[in-house]
Parts: sequence; structure tokens; C-alpha cells
Amino acid sequence: MPRVSLFVTCVVDQVFPRVGLAMADVLERLGYDVDFPEAQTCCGQPAFNSGYRAEARQVAMHFLDVFRHADYIVVPSGSCTSMISHHYQELFHKQPEWLEQAAAIAPRVWEFSRFLTDVAKADDVGATFEGKATYHDSCHALRELNIRNPPRRLLSRVRGLQLLEMDKAEECCGFGGTFSVKFAETSGGMAGTKIESILRTGAEYVISIDSSCLMQIQGALLRAGSNVRTLHLAEVLASR
Amino acid sequence: MARDKILHKVRTALGRSPGQPTPPPPPARLRLPEVTLDQRIDAFVRALETLAGKVFVAASPEEALAYTANLCEGRTAVASNAPLLAECGITRLAAVQSGFHERAPLRAACAQAGIGITSADYALADTGSLVMFSCPAEARLISLLPPVHLAVVDRRRLLTGLDELYSLHPLPSGETSAMVFITGPSRTADIEQILIRGVHGPREIHVVLV
Amino acid sequence: MTTLEPQKARATLADANLQLAIYAATGRLMEKRKSSIDERDLPDYQELRSHAHELKKHTIENLDFYLEQFEENVNAHGGKVVYCRDGTEVADFVLNLAKERGARLVVKSKSMTTEEIDLNERLEQHDLEAVETDLGEYILQLAHQKPYHIVAPALHLTRYDVADIFTDKLAVERETVPEKQTLIARSVLREKFLAADIGITGANFLVADSGAVVLVENEGNARLTHSAPKIHIAIAGIEKLIPRAQDLATFLKLLGRSATGQPLTVYTSMVSGPRRHQEIDGPDEFYVVLLDNGRTKLIADREKRESLYCIRCGACLNHCPVYRKIGGHSYPWVYSGPIGAIITPQYMGVTKDPWLPFASSLCGACYEVCPVKINIPKLLLELRSEVVKAKARDGKDRLEKAAFRLWAWVMRRPKLYEMLGMMGAGLFPESGSRWLRHVPGLLDFGPLRAWLSQRDLPRPAARSFRQQWRARRKGAA
Repeated sequence: MPRVSLFVTCVVDQVFPRVGLAMADVLERLGYDVDFPEAQTCCGQPAFNSGYRAEARQVAMHFLDVFRHADYIVVPSGSCTSMISHHYQELFHKQPEWLEQAAAIAPRVWEFSRFLTDVAKADDVGATFEGKATYHDSCHALRELNIRNPPRRLLSRVRGLQLLEMDKAEECCGFGGTFSVKFAETSGGMAGTKIESILRTGAEYVISIDSSCLMQIQGALLRAGSNVRTLHLAEVLASR
Repeated sequence: MARDKILHKVRTALGRSPGQPTPPPPPARLRLPEVTLDQRIDAFVRALETLAGKVFVAASPEEALAYTANLCEGRTAVASNAPLLAECGITRLAAVQSGFHERAPLRAACAQAGIGITSADYALADTGSLVMFSCPAEARLISLLPPVHLAVVDRRRLLTGLDELYSLHPLPSGETSAMVFITGPSRTADIEQILIRGVHGPREIHVVLV
Repeated sequence: MTTLEPQKARATLADANLQLAIYAATGRLMEKRKSSIDERDLPDYQELRSHAHELKKHTIENLDFYLEQFEENVNAHGGKVVYCRDGTEVADFVLNLAKERGARLVVKSKSMTTEEIDLNERLEQHDLEAVETDLGEYILQLAHQKPYHIVAPALHLTRYDVADIFTDKLAVERETVPEKQTLIARSVLREKFLAADIGITGANFLVADSGAVVLVENEGNARLTHSAPKIHIAIAGIEKLIPRAQDLATFLKLLGRSATGQPLTVYTSMVSGPRRHQEIDGPDEFYVVLLDNGRTKLIADREKRESLYCIRCGACLNHCPVYRKIGGHSYPWVYSGPIGAIITPQYMGVTKDPWLPFASSLCGACYEVCPVKINIPKLLLELRSEVVKAKARDGKDRLEKAAFRLWAWVMRRPKLYEMLGMMGAGLFPESGSRWLRHVPGLLDFGPLRAWLSQRDLPRPAARSFRQQWRARRKGAA
């Protein structure tokens, strides 16, 4: 079986390690040889999105060094995947040798759900999860990677899970990295609109493929006194 | 002076020199589907009625005249100098003033009239639009100032849509000083997004296809 | 990292009625757009977008050629082109012409370009009355307000606001029914149209091969403005050019649908010169003012000149979750929403309102709906980088710069990163809930305080993924 290298992202590493473990569980269950390159840290997106390109570049170079020999790099985040596969091109457009490396790595970086549906060809990973859930499209997965169906296909095969679409599935949760603290009230207002839409579905769980969106959504749900819980897709798929 | 400065700035920004040749633009994108006249009429009726316009398909000039006479009852009307209106006998109706050649009397009449009657150079089936080329026979204010606009159009002038129009007339400015498309009655939604018809132009539009 | 939110944005967020008004109006426009580009009605929507993008790209890249071609064709039909570098030059031209012709009254149809240069104010200063005739713009002119939205200028006002404005400014009896309010405006403005000496319009497109100005509208006020007075002046930015009349088949299909969900707006006028021989009505004189006002600055940058492709449909505003929260008046200039956030800094310089490119979650909804495919998120990111560079030059925000430098340094040292992570987790010892509503006073500042002002915060995990992974591997072995 081919080897897959996890890039768990800094958010999952430091705040939501369960997501990374769940992702590894699912991949191992499908027979993959799962590897975690320990020198990994971050993809550089926080600096890139804040306008600090030189700093982002340094972190991106580190990423490229760490994953140079990986066959498949699987990431539990649409946003970080897109940073690597799309934005590294902009970041290195004046450094041909790094641009080449970025271009070489781009096709080997896979967002977790798309890896399962398109590479592993496993819509059904044998998961069971009892409950009513709604799916939140994270913006970068949806609009930069065009990932709309893979997570829904995977969730539709989870035994016991009832998937309820919310009316504003494709509307931003308001996280946006440093935007969430630089424009806290606007970001909070956006989260408010999102959770109203979630609550209208009557779902008990919100599922997404990006932990940072879920951090925003869960934080706002708790602040609003709601019992609705957020789960990363990997956590649902790992459950039996 | 400003002209030369601006053009110079544009050229500097683009790295171009005066008179430098330009590559051809991407080809125009005109698609011409085959649609029968009956289908075009159906589509036109549907499109204009969705916009609260009224369409009457007249079997003969007499029917067009009768529809017009009926609409004009109790009101005054101004008609353009389009030959089709005279052919249908519309300009001879008692309520109808026509034959204007001067700006001032035309304006005064249009400002008072209850109905403005025109023809149109074309109609567009897929959007329910009238296409009017300003010309001595077709003044602008007749379809604009009165609260009701009636257009009598030869049904053979019914095109499928914009693409067909622009392939027939690649350069309308060679033929007219103003080409206007009219698609339904004048409307606004500027107050609380509430749709209101007849804000500055006509609140009613009737199209008779002859 | 300090808060950048302007006061006006916070006030808008706190105003429940205003929130509802913005949300309802933009939501309706979103729905209408969506149904109008439905697969059955417009199967080639995506191809049209690409075509429109390519046409605009080609035009801007050869703009000098098309400007001259346009001018030649306007002249050929008896009109005149006037180039102006800024608002002062435009006002001078209009005032001089008015003086020469003895003109007293100007009627205007909606034009963002004239808003951009405060034309009305400039004309009124010299006692030339200029009346806005688009219903929304007219209401705003009476109330001395700027447009709230590129397409729906009075989106933020209720019928009761309109009633107050009309009662106050027009000395009419209070009227709160929109239909009747519209009739009041119609009758006041009808008199103005018939008495006006000059009509000033903007232009949605300038057609190079025709020397024509294209005007797209629903009310009929633009038609009246260019048909009734003896002089028609169209004022447009130089970026409004398109090569051929035939290209309108592409642009018109996109503009109405993207703006208001209409396959075609009620009126589309393509005006090419004054009235011709034996025409009964129409203007005797026709002028097109081509305005620079900073546009040439935008052309120089290969990437950012894409912002000049904009056809001002307003779809990016309607779909922007930030615009929908903070509204149009929180933006510093007349162009609001995502398009405003990319063009304002380029016109005004990135240091004038440095927060603007950061006021976005980068969700990409604007790019997704843009009919000419302007990659707004990409341009926002480039502008952010320019802001950061400009601030570094001016010695501003040194702390943030130092923080990102340190961060990047740590991120290249995995061992140090892991150690600092453990120390960070140590600041939030486990007790009770995984999520925090408050943090210890020592930490309660800057980003953490900003985060907690809106939502709960997850504690860092007591054991990071990498620690747990090592343990798991050991267990397996």
C-alpha cells in the first residue's frame, strides 16, 4: 500500500490533536502506511494572509523541505491545502527554483476528503455515527479547491448519520485568520448569521473539513448557549 | 493638453508607443440558434408578460387598429411617423395626434398625451424587448413621456435576441444616433426594494405584433 | 495586532433595523441573480464570464488605441470628446459650457463616476443647479448622503426615512406609501426634465468602434436625461471602453443579471452623437468626458490593473458577508464592498485607509460572482502586502512585524516550536471545560481579548498531536 504523509497543520497539532489521530485511523483502516514527518510546523498562511510575504516564504520553504520526498501529503484542512497548492505559486513567483518545487509538490497535496473519494476511492469508510448533522462548506475548500461533494458523499455513507443541509452552508463563518481578531465584531456578526442557519436545521452536530472554521463556529455556539457540537469530518469517519 | 497627458500616461503604464499596432480583440461571441417564428412569438409573449407588459398578436392590420382604437378610448394619443402606423390606419384615429416635425410641439403633445404610439425596428424574443432606432420617423419622447406606451411591430421583425440583432447590425451607430432597447414598463425598487412601475417612463407597455 | 474596525462599522453592527434592511435587500438581489443565471436560461454563463474577462483584459492592455478610436468615432458623428485629469477639470468644463450656453439647470442620471468627483457639490458652488433623477439618488441628494450601494443607492433607508426627507425638503404632506412617494418624485422631476438645459449621464460602457455611450437603467431617467435637454454630457472613466458594439451581446447579458437578476434592464440606450439630420428630438450637442482621476496609476501594475475590468454590477457587495454586516457607509469612499476595498487603496494610496484590504475574511464569494472574473481575494492579498511594506517604511506597526518575524523564525525550528507549544499549553492548565470564556488577566489583551469579545476560546491541547503520535507509535511497536 502506498505511503501517505500527514500534514496535520499547526491548529490541529496544538489545539485539536484528536482530528489528526482520527485522520490517521481512517487512513490506516484503508490500509495506508501513514507517516508523520516530525519536522513539520505550519504552511505559512497566517503570515501570507496578513501581508507578511517574506516571513510566509521562510515558513513555506521549510514546509517544502520537510515534504520534498512525500508521495501523498494529506491535510485535514482545505485552507492549508489551498495555501500550498495555489498560493505558493504567488509567494514564489520571483524565485524560480522554489517556484519549481512548489509546482512539483502541488499535485501531491490532498485535502483529506478529496483524498478519500478521489485517490482511495473509498466513499464508504465503514463509519457509524448516530445523530443529526449539518455540513459547513469552508470557503477555501469550496471556492479555491472546488470541494463541494466529496465530504457530503462520505457523510452520506456513514451509518446512523442523518445529514441536514443548512440554508447558508456556503456562507463564510467569519473566521478569516487574523480577520477574526482585527475585525472582531464583524467576524462575530458573521458567526452569528452562520449559527442561526445551523440552528434552523435542528442538527446536533456541525461537521466541516477545516478545524479553524470549527473553532470559530464552536466558540460562537458556546457563547450563544447552544449544545450543538462541532466535529471535523475525520472524527466522524473514524467513529464506529 | 489633458488629452495628451492622459494618453501619454496610459502608454507609459502599458509600455506602448503612439501608433503601435494592436493585436485583434478576442472574436465577438454571437450564437444564432434556429428558432421558428411561432416559437419566437411564444417566447416574446412569455417574456414581456412576466414583466407585466401586454402583447396582442394581430392577425391583420385591422385587428391592430381595433386594439389601438380600444386602448385610446377616452384618452389622447401621440403617434410617431412610422409608416406601419399609417398603414394600419392608426394615425387617422380621432384621438391620435401625429405628423410632428418640430421639437417644441412634439414635446408639448407628449407631455399631455395619455398614450404614446410607436413602431419598433425589432423585437427580441428571449427578453421581450423592443429595439428602437431614433430617426425622423421615430422620435424619442413618444415612448418615454406618456404614461402608456403602445408599439405596433411587424412580426417579421421579431429576432431571437441580442446576438441576432448584433449580427444584423454590427455597427448601429452608422445608422442611428441612439439605439434603445425597451424591456417592459419603467420601474424602480429604490424604496425598500418594493417594485413600483412607471417611475419616469411609462407604467404600461402594450405590444401589437402584426 | 490592534483592532481595525471603523466606528461606523460597529454602529452598523449594533443597529438591528439596519442589519435587517441590508440583509433583506442584498439577499433578494442574490436570489434574483442566482435564478437569472440558471442553467436553463443561460447555459453559457461561465463562458460569457471568461469572454468578458478576456475582452476587458485586451481593451485595458491596448487602452490608448481604443481611446483614440473612440474619440475618432465620436467626432465622426458630430460629438466631442473632452479628456479630464480630475474632478476640477470636469467641473470647469461643465461650468464653462453652461456659461457659454446660458444654462441654469442640469438633470443627472445615476453615475458613480460623478459621485467619485463630487460633481454636484462643485456645480452648486457655482450656482448651477444639478438635480439627481434616479429615485434613490434623488432621495440621497435631498438628504445630503452618499450612495450606500453601487446599484441600490438608498438601500439603507426605509419608507419612513423617505417620508421624513420628502416632508422636510419638498414641503409636501407626509406620505409613507412607496408608490405615492414615487409619484411625488416623478412629478417634481418631470418638471425638471422638461426645463433642463443640460443632461449629465454616466456610462456603463464606451464602445470604441461606434463612438457610443451605453446606458443601462430601469426607471427611464437616463433616457430622459439624454433625450430631453439640448445638451448631453456623458462622464465616464477611461476604463469603461470595450472594443465593439458586438461585444455588448456579451456584456449586456452579464450586467443586468449580475446586478438585479434581469436578463436585460428596462432601458438600454446606445447613444452615438447628437440628433441627426431631420430628427425631431434628441440633443443638439453631445460630449463625452473621459476621466482619469487616478486610473492611469492602476494601469501600470500588471496584476492589479485587473480592478479596472469592473462593470459596477454590485454583485460582489451583495455576496460579501462583510459588506452585509458593516454596510456601505463604513467604507471610506463611494465605492464600497469588495470592489471598493481593492480600488480605493489604489486610487488613494495604501496608507490612507490601511485597514481596508484587511476587512475581508477572504471567503472568495466576490470572485465567484464577478461577471468579469476579477480575482478580488488575490488583489486584497497583494494590497495587504503593500500596506505592510509601506508601514515598515514608515516605521509603523513595529510590534506586529517583530511578532511575525519571530513566528517565522520559530516555525523553522520544530523542536523550539514544540517546546513553546508545551509552554503555551501550560498557561492554560486543564480544569473544567475545554472552552474558555475568560483568560487570566495577564493574557487578557490584544488578540485573545478580541477573540473572547465574541466567542469562547479552546484551550491548547495538553498534549499536542506530535506527542500523542509518538506515544501511539511506541505503543504499536
